[in-house]
Amino acid sequence: MTDDAQPAPEKTPEPRPEPVAETPPAVAPAAAAPAVQPEARPAPAPVPEPASAPAVPVSPSPVRGGGEADARERGPGGEGPAKRPLVKRHHGIVRITHWLNAVLLLGMIGSGLQIYGAFPHFGPRGGPYLPNPWDGKQFPVSVRLGGWLAGGLNWHFALAWPFVVGGLAYLLYLVTSGEWRSLLFRPRDIPRAIQMQLYYLRLRREHPPQGKHNALQKGAYSFIIFLAIISVLTGFAIYKPAQLSWLTALFGGYEMTRYWHFWSVWIFIAFSIVHVLLVFLVDPASLRAMITGWYRGRFPSHD
Amino acid sequence: MTDRSLSRRDLFRLGMVAGPAAFAVSCGWQGGPLVPKLQALSLFNDWVGEKILLREGRLAPVYPVSKRTPSNLFPSYALTNPRPEPPAGWALNVGGLVRKPTVLTLEMVQALPQITYTVKHHCVEGWSAIATWTGARLSAVINMVEPKPEAKYLRFDTFDHNYYNGWDLKSAMHPQTILAYSFNGGPLGPAHGGPLRVYAPIKLGYKLTKYLTALTFTSERPGGYWEDQGYPWLGGV
Repeated sequence: MTDDAQPAPEKTPEPRPEPVAETPPAVAPAAAAPAVQPEARPAPAPVPEPASAPAVPVSPSPVRGGGEADARERGPGGEGPAKRPLVKRHHGIVRITHWLNAVLLLGMIGSGLQIYGAFPHFGPRGGPYLPNPWDGKQFPVSVRLGGWLAGGLNWHFALAWPFVVGGLAYLLYLVTSGEWRSLLFRPRDIPRAIQMQLYYLRLRREHPPQGKHNALQKGAYSFIIFLAIISVLTGFAIYKPAQLSWLTALFGGYEMTRYWHFWSVWIFIAFSIVHVLLVFLVDPASLRAMITGWYRGRFPSHD
Repeated sequence: MTDRSLSRRDLFRLGMVAGPAAFAVSCGWQGGPLVPKLQALSLFNDWVGEKILLREGRLAPVYPVSKRTPSNLFPSYALTNPRPEPPAGWALNVGGLVRKPTVLTLEMVQALPQITYTVKHHCVEGWSAIATWTGARLSAVINMVEPKPEAKYLRFDTFDHNYYNGWDLKSAMHPQTILAYSFNGGPLGPAHGGPLRVYAPIKLGYKLTKYLTALTFTSERPGGYWEDQGYPWLGGV
């Protein structure tokens, strides 16, 4: 699944290779050109998607009605969908690890909820127990994986390795490719995030300028990477609380570490729900980008 | 509508992945044909736990006596109900692949250099509890009987129904691994594995075999009552 092997499955005429969004000054037109380049190469090949007929200028997202939606649909560059360039958006490593994580997280949560049932409290034996809406409760069989405690443990420990290895591969890619620049939330993103939030609250009319991701996305993605690291570290800390006692102590001891590990699950679940909702509400084209790597949507620019 | 039709197609692809995953998670599935593979992978985790994380000088934290879990709240599990009673003339058989097999009475174990620590007990279920244990280092007994080079594992047998257990020698030689005869300052009663049990803050509770009758050095990895049913073999913490 290399990137070069991916033909641009489009026969629509070549869009100008200039960036559509008014991007940060770092993106000169020349710099943006390689992103659009691949489309120029292949001859109009048989299109694998019969549905991708020559695009008619129709708005890609559900129309909410009203003139205000109009401005929203046009995207930051004010371009119609027909003129949107097809850009390479996600490297193969990003796509593989993304979907790997989707499956692994499902399995890790299912087996984790199975394990939880063996002692559904947080705190030392005899209490007092830490606040927990599920204290003393079992999760329904339908969301559990493993069937019993040993099964849940074996699933959990087996899935943990690919989760860690995939995560490290992803982080390594972020660092070596420089992709972290478009993802990492930094202090200068704070005012931009506020502007983005104002836009979402309809207190600002224009979509704020953005690179590959807007500032709120940067915040969300940086946070979820942080959460994944925390969940892995707390996981190892409660897996080996004696051998890794320094790590367990760092999180406040065995019982607290187990508590944080449990809460990371609910943050993951909340994130995933909002994440999927926003894909369909704001940028459905990003789903294709995360599968094939190619993106033809409202935010085609790169950092 | 290019984007929307693509999304539909992509949704289908997504379903190809998410469908089986969701099925796997549903209905408390154990893993079916994957269960043996998962247990094989568990051996890799055992290897990491024993060869990488376990170190002779890496000691589990000790706690002040004031942090102890009240004795009556410290859980105690046994297969036999009511609690198993030691057979008359109880003694510990130490044998297998050793040069000097021996039989130890409780007095002989108590005559060995004694150590006491207050440590945290981790149960595989997820609870923890703190107690004070007194006993003789298992390493002292191991050195006494002189294991042969081919001895790689230690099997513990009990008078608690068919409960038995296997350990790696590295964990058995750890300075915090003891043959315990005292719990929270008192004698080791029937609830906590008396007259003699193995104790260590570097393993999960189900590895800390109670009601001991025999230690046997082996070259083949012994199973264990819970391990044979699927629990991780090393059980190191």
